[in-house]
Amino acid sequence: MPELQFCTPQPIESKTALDALLADTGGKQYYEEMKHLPVDTTKLKAFLDKTCKSRIRTWLDICAHCGLCAESCFFYLTSNRDPKQVPAYKIQSTLGEIVRRKGKVDTEFMIRAMDYAWSRCTCCNRCGMYCPYGIDMGVMFSYLRGLLFSQGFVPWEMKIGSGMHRVYRAQMPVTDEDWVETCSWMCEEYEDDWPSLEIPIDKENADILYLVNAREPMHYPDDIAEAAILFHIAGENWTVSSTGWEMTSLSMFAGDWEGCKMQVNVVYEAMDRLRPKRMVGTECGHAFRATVTEGPYWAGRRDGQTPVPSLHYVEWVAEALRTGKLKIDPAKKIKEPITLQDSCNYIRNHGLTQATREIMSYLADDFREMTPNKEHNFCCGGGGGLNGIGRYREQRNVGLRCKLNQIKKTGANQVVAPCHNCWDAIRDMEEEYQAGISWSFLKPLLLKMVEIPEHLQPKEE
Amino acid sequence: MYDLLTGPVFVLAFAFCVLGLLVRAVWYIKGLDWQLDRVAYTRFPKHGAKGALRSIGHWILPFGSRNWRVKPVFTIVFFTFHLGLILTPLFLQGHAVILHQRLGLSWPAIPMELADALTIAVLITGGIILVRRFALPEVRVLTTAYDIFLLLLTLAPFATGLLAVQNVPGYIFWLYAHIILGEALLIAIPLTKLSHIVLFFLTRAQIGMDFGIKRGGMKGRGISW
Repeated sequence: MPELQFCTPQPIESKTALDALLADTGGKQYYEEMKHLPVDTTKLKAFLDKTCKSRIRTWLDICAHCGLCAESCFFYLTSNRDPKQVPAYKIQSTLGEIVRRKGKVDTEFMIRAMDYAWSRCTCCNRCGMYCPYGIDMGVMFSYLRGLLFSQGFVPWEMKIGSGMHRVYRAQMPVTDEDWVETCSWMCEEYEDDWPSLEIPIDKENADILYLVNAREPMHYPDDIAEAAILFHIAGENWTVSSTGWEMTSLSMFAGDWEGCKMQVNVVYEAMDRLRPKRMVGTECGHAFRATVTEGPYWAGRRDGQTPVPSLHYVEWVAEALRTGKLKIDPAKKIKEPITLQDSCNYIRNHGLTQATREIMSYLADDFREMTPNKEHNFCCGGGGGLNGIGRYREQRNVGLRCKLNQIKKTGANQVVAPCHNCWDAIRDMEEEYQAGISWSFLKPLLLKMVEIPEHLQPKEE
Repeated sequence: MYDLLTGPVFVLAFAFCVLGLLVRAVWYIKGLDWQLDRVAYTRFPKHGAKGALRSIGHWILPFGSRNWRVKPVFTIVFFTFHLGLILTPLFLQGHAVILHQRLGLSWPAIPMELADALTIAVLITGGIILVRRFALPEVRVLTTAYDIFLLLLTLAPFATGLLAVQNVPGYIFWLYAHIILGEALLIAIPLTKLSHIVLFFLTRAQIGMDFGIKRGGMKGRGISW
C-alpha cells in the first residue's frame, strides 16, 4: 500500500500541512491516496454508538419509502428525475447502509458515500419539509459528512477549508493582522468621499458588533467599506473585533465538528470581550447558520443562543429602512423587474422570510417573487460547500438549472442575493449558461439608492 | 379455539402492541439529545409546544401541508387508507360484541354497511399504494420486499375479515385466518415501521420543535408547512 501523505483521517492542524495539501493542485494525489485509505470500522462503530441516537435511527428506520420527498430535491428535478437522486434513496443507500452494517463498510463504499454527501445534497433541508414524518435528510447528510470526515473521506477543498479554520480561525489565509490592516486600508481608500468614515476596532459596549466572511478581506474588501459607509450613514454606534471577526464555517460543510467548535468559540469570546448590544453578520447564509443557528450548540450553550442577540444583515437593513436610519431616494428605486434569492440557511433555517421582502418593498417598484419562494425556495445550487469542490463541478452545473429556470420564469433579469454562496452560484450559473442575468448583494444596491444625510454630504468647494 | 384466540391470545397480542409502542416511544424520547440534535428542547417549552403542535396539525389533516396539496390524488388515497385502517377495527360491531362479552364494556360501533365500505376502501387504496410502489420509478427505487410484506400483512386482516362476514364458503377458515392475521399484525406493529402509529407523532413533534425553537420559530412567523 502506498504511503498516505495527504489523505488521512487526521485533520490539518498546521500551516505547513495546509500549504503542502494546497500544493497538491486539484487534490490529484489526495484523491489517488483516498483509494487506499482504509476504513477504521471499529472507530466507525464507536462513532455510531456514541452519536447516532434515536432521532436519526428512527428516521432511517421508519422511512416509509413513499417517495414523497423526490420532487422536493432540485438534484432530482434537474437530473431527468433519476430515481437515484431521490433524497430517501440517497440517504438510505449511504448512511442507512452504514448504520445497518454497524460500520462494516469498505473504502469503495466510503468514497461513494462521500460523492453522495457532497455532490448530491447541499444540506438545504428542503426535503424535510416534504416528508410526512418530518425526516430531514439534510440533517442526516450533514451528520454523514461528520462521519466521513472522521475517517478522512472528505473532498480535497473541504479538507483544506477545515484546515484553514483550524490554522487561521478563518476560511481563508487571513490573519487577525491582515484583517485589521484591511479595515484601515479601506478607510483610507474611501476617505476622499467619506472624510469621517471609521471602522472602529475593538470598541467596547457598541450597539453593533459586525462580523464578516473572510472572503471579504481576502477578495472583496470593498464589501467591508460598503458596510462601514452604510453604518456611517445610518449613524450606528458599531465596531468590529480584531479577533473572532470571521463568522463562516467551512468546518460545518466539511463535517469537522471539532473545528466548528473552535471557530465559534473565538467569535463568542469576542462577543463576551466587547459586550456589544447586538451582533450583525454580513450577507452570508451559511456563516449566519454556523455562528447563530448551530454554533451555540457546538459551543455547548444549552439555551442554543449566542452570547448576544444576533441579526443577519437583512434584519439590520430592514430595521434601518423601517426606522428611517436609512432612507431610499424614491427617484432611484429600481424600475426594472427584479427578483430575490432566498438563502436556505437563514430563510428555511432561521425564518427570515419577511425581512428580505420588507427590504424589497423599499428598493424595487417591480419586485417579482420566484416560485416556489420563502421557506419553500430551492437551494441556489451551490450550497453546502458544493460551489467550491472541483471534483463535482459537472453535477453542480446540472443542479444550477433549477435556479436558472426559476429566475427566468419571473421575467426579471436581476437577482438580489444576500448570501455569498447564492451570489457565487448565480455568478457561475451566468458564466455557464449565459442567460443575461445580473446579480448583486444588498450593500452596493443600497449605496446607489440611499439618501445621504446633509452633514455627510461632500462640501462644495 | 375461538375462545382462546379471541381471549388470552388476543389480550397478549394487544398488550404486546401497546407495551411495545410504549417502549419505542420512551426509547425515542430518551434518545433525543439537545447537543447532538442541536435543539434546545427543554429551554423554550412554549415555542417547542407550538412548533410541535403546528407540525403535527398541518400533516395530520388532508391538504394541511404543501406536499398534501401538491399531490391531491395521493393525499385522498392515503387518508382514505388510514381512516379505514383506524376506524374499522376500532369500531366494528363484531369487535364491540367481543369486548362486551369479555370485559362487559359497552363500546361504540359503526353501522355494518359503513364498516364494509371502509374495509373495501382500505383494500382498494391499499391496492393503489401497492401498484404505486411499482409504477413510479421514484418509489420503486426505494421499495423493498419488507415494504411489500408489511403492506400485505396490513391488508390481510381486512381481506379475510371481509370474506368472513360475506358468508363465502369456508367461513370458519376465513374467520380464524382473520383473527390470527389481525393478531400477527398487532405483534408486528411495535417491531416494524408500523410503529409509526406512535412515532409519526413523535418525529413530527421533534422536527416541529426544531423549527419552533431553533430554525426561526422564535424570530419569524413560524415555518409554513
